[in-house]
Amino acid sequence: MARQARQWRTGAAGIAGVAVLGLTLTACGGAKVGDSSSEAGGSGSSGKCATFNLAVNPWVGYEANAAVLAYVAENDLGCKVVQKDLKEEIAWQGFGTGEVDAVVENWGHDDLKKKYITDQKTAVDAGPTGNEGLIGWYVPPWLAKEHPDITDWNNLNKYAAEFKTSESGGKGQLLDGDPSFVTNDESLVKNLKLDFKVVYAGSETALIQAFRKAEKNKEWMIGYFYEPQWFMSEVPLVKVKLPEYKEGCDADEEKIACDYPVYKLDKIVSKKFSESGSPAYDLVKNFTWTNDDQNTVAKYIAVDKMDPEAAAKKWVDANRDKVEAWIK
Amino acid sequence: MAVALEKTAPLAGVRQVRRRTVVAAILVAWLVLFVIFRGRQTLALAAADLTDLHRWFNDVNDSIGANRNSNPLFLYFFNEIRLVIDTLVTFVQELISQPSADRPVPQVGWLGVVGIAGYVSWAVGNWRVALLAVAGFTFMGLQGLWQESMDTLALILCAVFVALLFAIPIGVWAGLSDRVNRIVTPFLDFMQTMPTFVYLAPLTLFFLIGGASATIATAIYAAPPAIRITAHAIRSVPGTTVEAADSLGATRRQALLKVLLPMSKRTVVMGINQSIMAALAMVTIAALIDAPGLGKTVVQALQSLDVGTAFNAGLAIVVMAIVLDRVTTAASTREEAARRSGGRFLSWRRPLLAAGGVVTVVLVYMSHTYVWAAEFPGEGGIGTSIASAADTATTWAQDNLSGLTNAFRDGITNGLLNPFQSLLTDSPWWLVAAVLITLGAVLGGWRAGVTAAVCVGLLVGTGVWSDAMTTMASTLVATVLVMVLGVAMGVWMGRSLLVDRVLRPTLDAAQVMPPFVYLVPFLALFGATRFTAIVAAIVYAAPVAIKIIADGVRAVPETTVEAATSAGCNTWQTITKVQLPMARSALTLATNQGLIYVLSMVVVGGLVGAGALGYDVVAGFSQGQLYGKGLAAGLAIVLLGVMFDRITQAAARRTSA
Repeated sequence: MARQARQWRTGAAGIAGVAVLGLTLTACGGAKVGDSSSEAGGSGSSGKCATFNLAVNPWVGYEANAAVLAYVAENDLGCKVVQKDLKEEIAWQGFGTGEVDAVVENWGHDDLKKKYITDQKTAVDAGPTGNEGLIGWYVPPWLAKEHPDITDWNNLNKYAAEFKTSESGGKGQLLDGDPSFVTNDESLVKNLKLDFKVVYAGSETALIQAFRKAEKNKEWMIGYFYEPQWFMSEVPLVKVKLPEYKEGCDADEEKIACDYPVYKLDKIVSKKFSESGSPAYDLVKNFTWTNDDQNTVAKYIAVDKMDPEAAAKKWVDANRDKVEAWIK
Repeated sequence: MAVALEKTAPLAGVRQVRRRTVVAAILVAWLVLFVIFRGRQTLALAAADLTDLHRWFNDVNDSIGANRNSNPLFLYFFNEIRLVIDTLVTFVQELISQPSADRPVPQVGWLGVVGIAGYVSWAVGNWRVALLAVAGFTFMGLQGLWQESMDTLALILCAVFVALLFAIPIGVWAGLSDRVNRIVTPFLDFMQTMPTFVYLAPLTLFFLIGGASATIATAIYAAPPAIRITAHAIRSVPGTTVEAADSLGATRRQALLKVLLPMSKRTVVMGINQSIMAALAMVTIAALIDAPGLGKTVVQALQSLDVGTAFNAGLAIVVMAIVLDRVTTAASTREEAARRSGGRFLSWRRPLLAAGGVVTVVLVYMSHTYVWAAEFPGEGGIGTSIASAADTATTWAQDNLSGLTNAFRDGITNGLLNPFQSLLTDSPWWLVAAVLITLGAVLGGWRAGVTAAVCVGLLVGTGVWSDAMTTMASTLVATVLVMVLGVAMGVWMGRSLLVDRVLRPTLDAAQVMPPFVYLVPFLALFGATRFTAIVAAIVYAAPVAIKIIADGVRAVPETTVEAATSAGCNTWQTITKVQLPMARSALTLATNQGLIYVLSMVVVGGLVGAGALGYDVVAGFSQGQLYGKGLAAGLAIVLLGVMFDRITQAAARRTSA
């Protein structure tokens, strides 16, 4: 009995001690949640703009578009912007399920356009972003400087042996990247009779790292790349000239022997969003800017490591006139 | 069965020799036929080419998408599931990670979460893991990743909860009935080896983008270990105990609730532990469908190749994994430990628990009320230092190790990988098929042979045979390297407790650190090659093999080792003649697990230059018209996994018999 009582007493003492400690801490607690002015939130001018679901595809150029659009929609239109990080295919799928309102940098994707715009009728085209997308074969700058004739495809076979790697089975290696992008490289190599083998790096990360390494160590390397791309401001890759693109030369995938077309990058929105009368839709529709504009914001994000929102603010503050034209 | 085993036992030695000769004969025959038939009927398929099966998969996928809004199955079944899980996720998020209703911060702030973590760890484990939990959670805050960590924790908690809701009943059922176990096993294999990339896109079609899809994707991967281990736990309750309960007149229900479950509790908790670890491995993948948290930080940082930031977030994942692992492990052994420490402590336990509870409630209240306890103070300066240190280390390694690593890569690629791969891919398919089936039968018995035959047949059916052979070559080379590393490190760890203590956290880290964080430096060292993919697989798979072998070596009775030493064996002889042979079953288990873990890295390999099946899966995830091919490639990975697993398991059973 006695032991039990002692136990109880120590227990009670412990609890009392804790309570005192708690009270002391509470007394000198400081600012309370909810009574500070720090949470300004919702700038009041919410108007008729409801929630704006903006897909963010996983590359920095897209992130730049999305950051600026989100910043303007939030601060000028008072929308509640929900940014969703998604791969392209899943973002388009979201048009149908109502989870995504807009995709703001689309590279071609005729298959998706057919599926969601023509067949399912859940998405509509919202015009070009003003950016022009180039796809093609690139070499690191040191190589273009030392062997200027390498930038013409006719001379590629001459150098094929230099591009050999452990992966290319005795031929020259042409490194391809993220499978999200359209590639005709296997047909091109075959139809241009090049002594090369397409090797799939499998991701943009792997491709950029390969180019970075090649430039730094002066290694031979040729690969699939595209612009606008933030990496170009770190290592300005040089494009290799392929046979010129002519309308329809890429009609038969098996027989392609010409360069990639210049992609007019565009915006796609969900049908519902386009009919909602939301000011955010007008913003998306009116949004256009140049490759330089995008590169600037992308550089803020990727090279200067700025927060996307801060990067957007910096650009918007410096380019108020352009923004005004979108929201008029 | 027992009779048959007894009969073969004396013949085992002879058999083993004969088996070796047969295997050698098969390999020689393969080489001869390879030279004759090289390059014919290899079933190669170009990157953009599809088969009818792939197109059919595409059509099915498209029609589901097109009919989503009118199909009653969606309206009344999937949507309801989504709603329930979404509500659960939102609730947990508003509790600890996301601003809720009219508050700018979650209901419970950092101080409250740290308090709860410490209290719960102490209550279910011991004070040591409680300290670890408090330190770990505080560290995540100091890294500047408090909210991200809590988002990840919320997702993990929900996913594991949902997974256990199904896993424990199914596991118990599979433990009680052999038939259920046989039916469930292939499904579990499927859930564990099917690459998540394959079902990620359809999942968002079924459950939309958001918390529900991320939770379900994670739960699918997290459930199988819990089911397997629960079933195993129920099975390993001694038969005599159950009979005793029966003879005392216990009903089936009573026997289950009063005997089987309490007796297997400890192992079931280990199942929960494995389930949590599996869920943590999904953090970066779930980020691809907009799951908030640390995974997103990793993925975004890597878009601009910001290794430092990615490493910082990866480190937070590792810290969380280590805390959760140690706490659940302590929970599974608590009762035993408490019993050993004697009753003195037990009498103190209840009042202390009550006091601790009161402290926790006070902390939670304060973190709900006051800003300083709600939002983690500071700018995350430690995180910035960690990031820049990681950057410096990466740059140094890239600048200084490049020449060395290239020679190593070329040696392995030209000496081992290329010949083996060309043997597999340039042989006619029927030749490789015949070799696989006969090897299966010789090593694992006729049952394994039949499994191999079925798997090979289905592999041909998937239409990605040639890619499957390329992947198989890399996988086997990686497994060999894993085992070399596993034996070397495992023996070292098994022989010295100190080494074990030092290395184990590193091994844990290698298993849960998101692969891409260390792959960026590897890419700089080895380029986008199959070898980089092999290295990634080794980093992920070797820890498992090392741990299993270390445990096996340690389990060799000390008296045996002492006897060997006193008989004049030197260290080398002790290891090769005594410890390794006696740990043979651990070695085969390590091979089996090493292979399965290597296979689970095939998709990651596809992202860094391995091509083949991994690339097919990634491409299927990225491009609509390749979806079907990606699915077929995913199935091929599952088939390779099942085939290897059954053959190695059967072989292990034979050698130990």
